[in-house]
Amino acid sequence: MRVMKKAIITVVGKDTVGILAKTCTYLAKANINILDISQTVVSGYFNMMMIVDASSCRKAFEDVAAELGELGLGMGLKIRCQKSEIFEKMHRV
Amino acid sequence: MIDRSEVLETNKMILEENLDVRTITMGISLLDCADASLAKTCDNVSAKLKRLAGRLVRTGDEIGREFGVPIVNKRISVTPAAIVGSACCRKPSDFVRIARTLDRTAKSLGVNFIGGYSAIVSKGMTPADEMLIRSIPAAMAETERVCSSVNVGSTMTGIDMDAVRLMGEIVKETAERTAKRDSIGCAKLVVLCNAPDDNPFMAGAFHGVTEGDAVVNVGVSGPGVVNHVLKSCRDADFETLCETIKRTAFKITRVGQLVAQEASRRLGVPFGIIDLSLAPTPAVGDSVADILKEIGLEQPGAPGTTAALALLNDQVKKGGVMASSYVGGLSGAFIPVSEDQGMIDAVNAGALTIEKLEAMTCVCSVGLDMIAVPGSTSAASISGIIADEAAIGMVNQKTTAVRIIPVVGKRVGDNVNFGGLLGHAPVMKVSKFSCAQMVSRKGRIPAPIHSFKN
Repeated sequence: MRVMKKAIITVVGKDTVGILAKTCTYLAKANINILDISQTVVSGYFNMMMIVDASSCRKAFEDVAAELGELGLGMGLKIRCQKSEIFEKMHRV
Repeated sequence: MIDRSEVLETNKMILEENLDVRTITMGISLLDCADASLAKTCDNVSAKLKRLAGRLVRTGDEIGREFGVPIVNKRISVTPAAIVGSACCRKPSDFVRIARTLDRTAKSLGVNFIGGYSAIVSKGMTPADEMLIRSIPAAMAETERVCSSVNVGSTMTGIDMDAVRLMGEIVKETAERTAKRDSIGCAKLVVLCNAPDDNPFMAGAFHGVTEGDAVVNVGVSGPGVVNHVLKSCRDADFETLCETIKRTAFKITRVGQLVAQEASRRLGVPFGIIDLSLAPTPAVGDSVADILKEIGLEQPGAPGTTAALALLNDQVKKGGVMASSYVGGLSGAFIPVSEDQGMIDAVNAGALTIEKLEAMTCVCSVGLDMIAVPGSTSAASISGIIADEAAIGMVNQKTTAVRIIPVVGKRVGDNVNFGGLLGHAPVMKVSKFSCAQMVSRKGRIPAPIHSFKN
């Protein structure tokens, strides 16, 4: 059985055209499925959180995280991709 | 379902409040490396460390990148070298060869410290223990990454005052051997009472003989996170204050637990314990002193400091034990001077003295830590300070330690810089009155009574 490898992607920075498009294009190429997206723009600041399933991704997880980080830098944004357990463990008894 | 605000909170802790996992420390038994030949022992030690810890640094970095939390240090603790070398070392310089082997191997593995150049002499010293202790000044001067510790007492055995007297001299000699580098050798040397077998934090880490062949221990951190969250309850009552610290300690510890389990799984080495210590760094905001200020003190050292620290220490433990089933090591708030900018400021402001720090060590882990004193301080006075701390540990059934640096050529008010995580420190005043006559007495202080607790 395929084991779900859930990850959380957060994008923070100044709003600009194409943030979502570029991020999603990268994820599609890497064969990472998006499960949930929520985003807000408050006074020009873009703030997005994605829950993704990376179980079919052929790349190493840390490479994905590094490449997304670079993609963010190119747009002047901070993109972080972290395994979801850190959030689950920290906030659940 | 993962909540957006929780994700933001976690990342804010990491990015803005210095949340990190301070250390993954792999404990490795070297008992099976002992041989009658010194060269063979050194070869065995090097081979075993490379076999078990070869992937330690890489694995730690990998976990850090995947979860997006920095894992600052990857370290190794080993069986006390006095035991490992007892069959093959005939003179102190033989032990120094083991120290050099540990240093070389640590360098090749990329770990920044290796602990366990140690002797456990709570009740008495074997010839090997004494030889190791006498070799410490040379070992600390000739190596870079080796940390040394000597346990001079325990609640069950009392205090070995012969070892305490000797350690006063050894601390002085270590300072002199590293005089050109602000006596930095002493920053890698700690004298303990009730030393735990599973401590992941340097300089007191060693892999006790009660442990298995190899184990992964993790030390968490997070004074910056606690400090930040307390800003939101400045006018709150004690119940709210305690509850807030507990909740935060829970969250911090959970991160450590996750990292420990992952490291254990990937390295194929059993998980040992999480050490719940609030370990400060010289980074601004990552300070235990700032937490004490946030609780309501003008400066650490003010009346009320011991009470505030007792409260903090207890809440950290209460929150932490809920987050992990295996808690061990030192587990409490660290109050080093040189590694905590708030403590340095308090000393410079004249608020904090060695005597007040000693009182604070009664209610927290671990002891008089990273304290620079004048180079003219006598060996007897250093022994006296060690004896005082050991007595506090022995009577209160807790770990205490002394990591004191009598900086050659420096006087009260001067500054010394050790660099990196070790930070910088103002030279503090030591009582000018002598304890030489007491320290010169031979023998040991008996174990305290364990009954009649009323």
